[in-house]
Amino acid sequence: MLQELPLTPPSASTFAPQVDALYWFLVILSTVVTVGIFAAALFLSIRYRRRPGVAPGNIEGSLRLELLWSFIPGVLAIGIFAWGAKVYFYAAKPPPDVMDFYVSGKQWMWKVQHPTGQKEINDLHIPVGRAIRLTMTSEDVLHSYWIPAFRLKKDTVPGRYTEMWFQATKPGKYHIQCAEYCGTKHSGMIGECYVLEPEEYQRWLSGNTGEAPEVAGQKLFENLRCVTCHMAGAGQRGPELAGVYGTKVALEGGGEAVVNDEYIRESILKPLAKVVKGFQPVMNTYEGQVGEEEIMQLVAYIKSLKAQGGGKQ
Amino acid sequence: MSAQAVAAPHAKIAAPEHRETYLNYDYSWKSWLFTVDHKRIGILYLLTVAFFVAIGGLFAMMIRAELLTPQGDVLESETYNKIFTMHGAVMIFFFLIPGVPGVLGNFVLPLMIGARDVAFPKLNLLSWYIFVVGGLLTLFVAATGGVDTGWTFYAPYSSTYSNTRVAETAIMVFITGFSSILTGLNFLVTVHTMRAPGMTWFRLPLFIWASYATALINVLATPVLAITVLLLALERIFHIGIFDPKVGGDPILFEHMFWFYSHPAVYIMILPAMGVISELVAAFSRKRIFGYSFVAFSSLAIAVLGFLVWGHHMFVSGQSAYAGLVFSVLTVLIAVPTAVKIFNWTATLYQGSVEFATPFLYVLAFFGLFLIGGVTGLFLAAMGLDIHMHDNYFVVAHFHYVMVGGMVTAFFGGLHYWWPKMFGRMYNELTGKLAALIIFVGFNMTFFPQFIVGYMGMPRRYHAYAPEFQVLNVLSSAGAVVLGTGYLLAAVNLIWSLKFGKVVTEKNPWGATGLEWETQTPPIPHNFEVTPRVTQEAYAYHEMYSGKEAHGVH
Ligand code: HEC
Ligand code: HEM
Ligand SMILES: [Cu+2]
Ligand SMILES: [Cu+2]
Repeated sequence: MLQELPLTPPSASTFAPQVDALYWFLVILSTVVTVGIFAAALFLSIRYRRRPGVAPGNIEGSLRLELLWSFIPGVLAIGIFAWGAKVYFYAAKPPPDVMDFYVSGKQWMWKVQHPTGQKEINDLHIPVGRAIRLTMTSEDVLHSYWIPAFRLKKDTVPGRYTEMWFQATKPGKYHIQCAEYCGTKHSGMIGECYVLEPEEYQRWLSGNTGEAPEVAGQKLFENLRCVTCHMAGAGQRGPELAGVYGTKVALEGGGEAVVNDEYIRESILKPLAKVVKGFQPVMNTYEGQVGEEEIMQLVAYIKSLKAQGGGKQ
Repeated sequence: MSAQAVAAPHAKIAAPEHRETYLNYDYSWKSWLFTVDHKRIGILYLLTVAFFVAIGGLFAMMIRAELLTPQGDVLESETYNKIFTMHGAVMIFFFLIPGVPGVLGNFVLPLMIGARDVAFPKLNLLSWYIFVVGGLLTLFVAATGGVDTGWTFYAPYSSTYSNTRVAETAIMVFITGFSSILTGLNFLVTVHTMRAPGMTWFRLPLFIWASYATALINVLATPVLAITVLLLALERIFHIGIFDPKVGGDPILFEHMFWFYSHPAVYIMILPAMGVISELVAAFSRKRIFGYSFVAFSSLAIAVLGFLVWGHHMFVSGQSAYAGLVFSVLTVLIAVPTAVKIFNWTATLYQGSVEFATPFLYVLAFFGLFLIGGVTGLFLAAMGLDIHMHDNYFVVAHFHYVMVGGMVTAFFGGLHYWWPKMFGRMYNELTGKLAALIIFVGFNMTFFPQFIVGYMGMPRRYHAYAPEFQVLNVLSSAGAVVLGTGYLLAAVNLIWSLKFGKVVTEKNPWGATGLEWETQTPPIPHNFEVTPRVTQEAYAYHEMYSGKEAHGVH
């Protein structure tokens, strides 16, 4: 019976056991609390049921009890908060050495790009034991990328990047589901995550050729004529992009901005939103000319320019 | 509460057959539709919300029928999405929010404070008319294609992509909100200015405190909802660029604005229900509520804190992790005033004289269900856990436990308690108890499996789902049939009593304190022959029963 009705999804990431531990702790705590209070109420009601000749007592209350039963739940509550926050921050901070995947949600499918350029729709093939970061966005409405076996989800938001990282611990096949309601076929926006042994993953990759995002990005950079303004030389009208990723740039009109995925995306779609100090606002928008996938490739390319400049980010 | 009526010089008691009541002084439909009597307005609300509950319940049954099998085979995807949207919207805006204040609040609030009516009787009627206009718009939306955004109306799906009646629904919510605002305003002013002589703040029944706190939230939070849905409608019609990133807007902004109202709104639903529970616990244990002032102030604490936790609906939205920390800690802290209430109610039973009448069974059911709903809220408030839980069936189970297990159970308890006062008839006690029991069992059958299936990984708002979730979904659907039967039985029992129930003419059939029990049953049009004068605390049961034998009064 328990085999047919497991109480939890499979546990297949380094994050999952942490969530499960907190979950079972809360299950036990809340069972004790709920059963305890309910039983007390039931007991008192029966013990003091109405009987002829017995008048009700006359009790005002008790400050000590009030303090006690505010203090104890308060302490428990803070404990739950602290534990929950600890688990949350584990998921919020990826380790330095991650493989970068790009995910884009669209009514009603998931488009994924591997670091080596392979693309897939809805499914996700990953190697076991490697830290993987998904940089995600949406082409239309809100969606949410959820892999219950990893206990992880994150909304994908049009116009922004969100991130989620995990490290799978067990080879297998796990559900991917859209968790944020997104319209008619929301419940069809599903796929499978295949966690593979590293060799198997390599085999899968070689069966699906593709261009690495930064390579594709480089081509775009040339085709879209970004080079004309961003290459050192006579026609240069825009800032040098090599090595800029991860640094801070000063802006026209004061202030500064950190060059990250989000910022590069904005520079491409809304170049005038933040103009780099010392430059004319001559870059025109690429809104409508490039899709989310292509923007992600351009971002990967600009990121890789940094890698050449010095060290991996 | 033994207000000593100032002996009226010509207090003649009319013979029972000719008693004038608020129900029989005029039978014309005009006298109902143009009434400014808070009691009649309460009855109008009762009829209206009952109508909408029936519709919402029908939608619920369709959802449960669809979810019997993993494939989407009963309804089309689009139909399914419309059904769950309208189920949520109808239940929340036309029952959970107006239920207790509109029906029970309107009927008993002025009676409880010894007033002839609310402060602005015409405004009160206007609230009901606005409510009806909102309701008609809902019916119009449902009849002309429906809406499929979910009751949360998240942009940019709602603003741009959905091709259903979103703008009309937004306007419906906008209009209906004014009904809440006006009722809130009315209750605030009434409690401030219309209390009978001697009815000091700390002599107020706890239902009044809870209604007061709720009215505050209504007046402060509902305008934000109005602005939000108005902007949504403008965005949809004119693409003004507020929520849709394609035209320069921000969808996360919509989430913030929506939950800034909708989290406080969950307290709009539950606080009055908690007030009802306070009344019932006192009345059926014949004791002063343990720690009266703590229960009273916990309502205000909840009302205030409730404004600061909305971000707990957005832990995985991409909101900053540090903002999440603040929302998480405030959310777990709001459990404290909630726990304080439960402990005080439980302690009240100690040395009480507890009668297991139908309303008290609803109290016990409320305890069980609301406790489960409350503790599972803590699961969701723990950020790390919510990454997995958010938007899965665990959340669905949580909010049904608090809203249906909490608010609706308390509403039924209150309705059974004040029913004889409202209509002068008593329902069948055995049937009443049986219904309460069936509701309790059916409720747990329906919603407990949803906690498990949620943790197992079933997302909410899914028309079709993975096969491993089926066993629990079948259980849930079976439970829904039991639950529906329970509610129907309770409703039939009440309706039956109107014609066949035992006639009640005593002022105080339960032997309870409270000014509402010191006036005629059913009350005269203007509530009191003479303005009562209050000389005692709200729950002076000791004075009422000490020395005397505690005996069943009815
Ligand atoms: C007409 C010349 C021109 C073209 C073509 C152009 N840019 Fe730019 N770009 C600029 C200028 C000038 C700036 C600095 C002012 C500003 O921030 O808008 C800039 C700024 C940027 C920045 C911010 C750099 C920093 O140091 O903060 C990025 C990233 C960028 N461009 C990427 C691109 C990409 C990718 C393309 C091609 C799709 C492109 N640009 C095409 C002129 C251009
Ligand atoms: C102990 C007190 C409570 C706590 C700690 C709590 C916590 C939470 C949290 C954290 C969520 C967000 C879950 C998510 O979407 O990921 C949530 C959802 C919800 N809660 Fe509570 N809650 C409490 C009481 C209540 C009460 C009293 C009500 C209503 C009467 C309520 C109604 C809801 C609703 C309607 C939702 C979901 C809305 C939606 O997404 O459609 N909660 N709760
Ligand atoms: Cu979806
Ligand atoms: Cu909330």
